[in-house]
Amino acid sequence: MCLGIPGKLVELRQQGELVMGKVEFGGILKEVCMAYLPEAEVGDYVLVHVGFAISRIDESEAAEIFEYVEQIEQMSGEADDEPPGLRTAETQAEGQGS
Amino acid sequence: MKYLSEYRQPEAVQRCAAAIHRRVTRPWNLMEICGGQTHTIMRFGLDAMLPAQVRMIHGPGCPVCVTPVEMLDKAIRIASFPEVIFCSYGDMLRVPGSERDLLAVKAAGGDVRVVYSPLDAVQLAERHPERQVVFFAIGFETTAPANAMAVLHAERLGLANFFCLVSHVLVPPAMQAVLSSPRNLVHGFLAAGHVCAVMGTRQYEPIVRQFHTPVVVTGFEPLDLLQGISMCLAQLEQGRAELEIQYRRVVRPEGNRVAQEQLQRVFTTVTRKWRGIGEIPASGWALSEAYARFDAEQRFDVGDVVADESPECLAGEVLQGHRKPLECAAFGTRCTPEHPLGAPMVSGEGACAAYYRYRRQSV
Ligand code: SF4
Repeated sequence: MCLGIPGKLVELRQQGELVMGKVEFGGILKEVCMAYLPEAEVGDYVLVHVGFAISRIDESEAAEIFEYVEQIEQMSGEADDEPPGLRTAETQAEGQGS
Repeated sequence: MKYLSEYRQPEAVQRCAAAIHRRVTRPWNLMEICGGQTHTIMRFGLDAMLPAQVRMIHGPGCPVCVTPVEMLDKAIRIASFPEVIFCSYGDMLRVPGSERDLLAVKAAGGDVRVVYSPLDAVQLAERHPERQVVFFAIGFETTAPANAMAVLHAERLGLANFFCLVSHVLVPPAMQAVLSSPRNLVHGFLAAGHVCAVMGTRQYEPIVRQFHTPVVVTGFEPLDLLQGISMCLAQLEQGRAELEIQYRRVVRPEGNRVAQEQLQRVFTTVTRKWRGIGEIPASGWALSEAYARFDAEQRFDVGDVVADESPECLAGEVLQGHRKPLECAAFGTRCTPEHPLGAPMVSGEGACAAYYRYRRQSV
């Protein structure tokens, strides 16, 4: 129940007292309450939790993680002292293609 | 899916794990607070990718697991009243109470319904003025804004037949309890990103200072977790204790101010009992006085509830990170998702369920 999912806001409308939106998750549309994100605009990616958008996803921060990987690789030196045991772990991670 | 699949790229995950291997020099224990993160770790086998010196300890951040059995017994009694439509998130239905679960109430003819959002429960109250609609409002700071809005919306609609059975719990007091325990093993925390999306990160600064323990606010995808782990280990290796945010695309230090304002209006801080752990002061929210008329505990008389736990279940030990699910003698034999003895085997965020689902082969 506690999982938040990122999706794209495709529609905003006032429904009675509440601002509601349609959010698309990989092709599936869901009704989402937008009351907590008054600044969100159609086209934004938002994080949805139990039917409520709770945060806007910041595009400029989203790629930062890949720079971090580059950085720590450089800081931690050559890659040739690869520890054993990661082969199986890699296969495990690859098995999650869904 | 955008903002999901790119954080699961095997090559980047592998490179991040390899970099962690090259930098760790000593044994460290890290706790991920949130059960959603536990599930990512187990599902993607991230724990197996880490150096042997780094141990992941699973934290108490499973709302279904920590909801006290007394509260569940109250829910079961209220759900059994013929005039009641009892609404809950799906995970809660299979959690064992003292004698039975909510699913058994449903099977016996009780009107128990699974809702996706608490607003669905408000809508039911609007459509069925002749019935009493009760929503089981459990969860951490992430779920609370939704539940607060349900109460505010019911107020605006003038509904007199909508109630919440509130059992909210809060993350920072639980982290303090973990660190204060004489049995504590945790050197550093991965804090739950979505809780911080709502509440911001300032609440964690006193914990960092008081216990000189690094806290890294982390997301839920494999790369998020490995980056969070790497940031936390870097602090530990360098003797630093700071509050850092890994999950910057979602978490701002100030959190969601609009949500915080409504939370303050609707809820008040109370001492809560955590299932398997015990009472933690100022560790939860209940409805504030102004909204007490929506409180199901005041509306329905459920008599005295004496809770009874399965003596075999080690949930308390598991939730505090003292033992792993595989150390429980009942795991996978007398306790399975089909016939759970304890809540951590049922919930989508429970550690026992994560081990059962993704580690079955090794049992
Ligand atoms: S495996 Fe079952 S009985 Fe054992 S601790 Fe987990 S939930 Fe409790």
